[in-house]
Amino acid sequence: MTTVGWIIMLLSVGGVTVLFVWCLYRVLACTPDVGKLHGIDDIETPDTKEE
Amino acid sequence: MEKTEERWSSRLGVILAVAGSAVGLGNFLRFPGLAAQYGSGAFMIAYFSSLLVLGIPICWAEWTLGRYGGQRGFHSSPGIFYVLIRHPVGKYIGVLGVIIPVIVYTYYVYIEAWVLAYSCYFLTGRLNLGNEVATYIDFWTRFVGANADRAAFSASNNQAIIFLIIVFALNFLFIYRGLVKGIEFFCKYAMPALVLLAIIVLVRVLTLGTPDPAKPEQNVLNGLGSMWNPEIVVVQEAKEIPGKPPIWEDREVLVDAKSIEAKKIEIATKPGCRLHTKTVSEQLRNPMVWLAAAGQIFFSLGVGFGIIITYASYLRNKDDVVLSGLTATSANEFCEVAQGGLITVPAAFIFLGAAGIVGQGTFGLGFKVLPLVFSKMPLPWLFGWMFFFLLFLAAITSSLSMLQPGIAFLEEGLGIGRKQSVALLGLITAIGCAFVVYFSKDLKALDTMDFWVGTVFLFMMATIIIIYFGWIMGIERGWEEAHRGAELRIPGIFKFVMKYVSPLYLIVIFGLFLLFNVFGWNPATGEFKPTTYVTDLVGPNASRVARFTLVLIAIFVVFFGILAAIAGKRWDKASKGRALSSPATTPPQTTSS
Repeated sequence: MTTVGWIIMLLSVGGVTVLFVWCLYRVLACTPDVGKLHGIDDIETPDTKEE
Repeated sequence: MEKTEERWSSRLGVILAVAGSAVGLGNFLRFPGLAAQYGSGAFMIAYFSSLLVLGIPICWAEWTLGRYGGQRGFHSSPGIFYVLIRHPVGKYIGVLGVIIPVIVYTYYVYIEAWVLAYSCYFLTGRLNLGNEVATYIDFWTRFVGANADRAAFSASNNQAIIFLIIVFALNFLFIYRGLVKGIEFFCKYAMPALVLLAIIVLVRVLTLGTPDPAKPEQNVLNGLGSMWNPEIVVVQEAKEIPGKPPIWEDREVLVDAKSIEAKKIEIATKPGCRLHTKTVSEQLRNPMVWLAAAGQIFFSLGVGFGIIITYASYLRNKDDVVLSGLTATSANEFCEVAQGGLITVPAAFIFLGAAGIVGQGTFGLGFKVLPLVFSKMPLPWLFGWMFFFLLFLAAITSSLSMLQPGIAFLEEGLGIGRKQSVALLGLITAIGCAFVVYFSKDLKALDTMDFWVGTVFLFMMATIIIIYFGWIMGIERGWEEAHRGAELRIPGIFKFVMKYVSPLYLIVIFGLFLLFNVFGWNPATGEFKPTTYVTDLVGPNASRVARFTLVLIAIFVVFFGILAAIAGKRWDKASKGRALSSPATTPPQTTSS
């Protein structure tokens, strides 16, 4: 395993791992959807759907 | 008559379902082989470039168009394109998004049966076949019936059929249970289990050290090097052309110092042969590297399959698509690069050396080399079972997703209930699957379907999606639609990428694909030598099975085209007096199952 091989492996594996963990964190920690209470903003009426 | 309207029950559920559809055998078998073959340095540059300009943008476009169509009451690709294009031809364009997953399912489920069988065989010790790779090749050939047509149906060799029936039934059981109780429920457990199993196998591979003291070069570090070292050494042979300097053609890739030294001695006496080290920059000038990397990104993410557009149509109006799409993509990349990239090739190298990885395709690596590799590990039954069971989970989450576009189309196109649509799709896919298993010699039917449907049709569909998003819907409108309810802003540069770069890149890659893989263009000599995909169909060496397969594909296309025409009439009738572009459009009525 050459030094450049190590660099490519760490950048590739590290890059996709960081992206995956960050996305999961954003989805799970920042926007919990389990047991979410719906407020006024969540109510969809036909007029809000118009383009 | 009762209205049926399905929705995902949770955001994580849809993300895991989309990630499950993307993560498949290619993540663990195809990607590592390609990276090792082309030298990881150049390959990863081309790979991540393709991810940025092709994979992620088309993924966002497909998620956005799917949700847009779903808000207008359509959940199948023909229905979504019917409402998107607002022209009768729309449903015929969209029907590609049903034909692709349905046909791919007919052969993918057979491969799924192999991996389930192999995981069971490791548990029972049946795959303990000794130390010769030839024994494993022979076992696989007989098991799948690649030695002769109809071989898999023989009374003495029908195990593959039994496993096929099991996985076929499992798929239809989950699809019958519906979107939430079937697909979402299964993926919520299967995806974390898959990642966990992969981590355990990964730890096992990375702690193998040097299992055979007699072969000290076959160790973990060299195994990782065989996958990740950027420069590759190839054996080249001179091709003489009258009046011109010779052209050096690659014959063999060498990945470790020992085989390079041995080859040096061997070719010293061979005129017209040389060893050549390919640098990263040299590899990047090779169009095949870009073609392989783009193809891997494309097929791995499953863009253009008709699956993402169907899954996204079950989202609500303000459900996020940007972060969800990126999360599903990143999950696929994690499984592919961080897990597949560290398990398969290093494991094969540690036990078999360079011979274990060079020139192995997906099936070669998965069913001929890796069973031998796992049988040489301590606790072969456990780690062999784990590896093939994780492949099975990856495969079944993908095959399940291939059924939903067909189910959605039959339900909303013909107005039939889930029970009837499941039965009808079961019959259609069983016919296709029986064809693939019957014509099993050299897996010709499977290979022909994979090429024309799983590759050519896929390119066409993805091109349609990105061109529609950037040019017909319009990038500004598409951008606004994508950001409705989004929890992440897409960087502005992607407007330019999605409008200009992605379609152009896709068309160039498709052109290269046709040039190399259909017309057999050799850039060094400028010669055209049509590949077997062409010569199997025309000319003196045409294959009867390949021609039958193309006829079957045509029958599928015509059949679904007729269904699309029937569906269109139904939708026209239902939409009379209503504007289809309005999100308030009531979905076509379906009978309750």
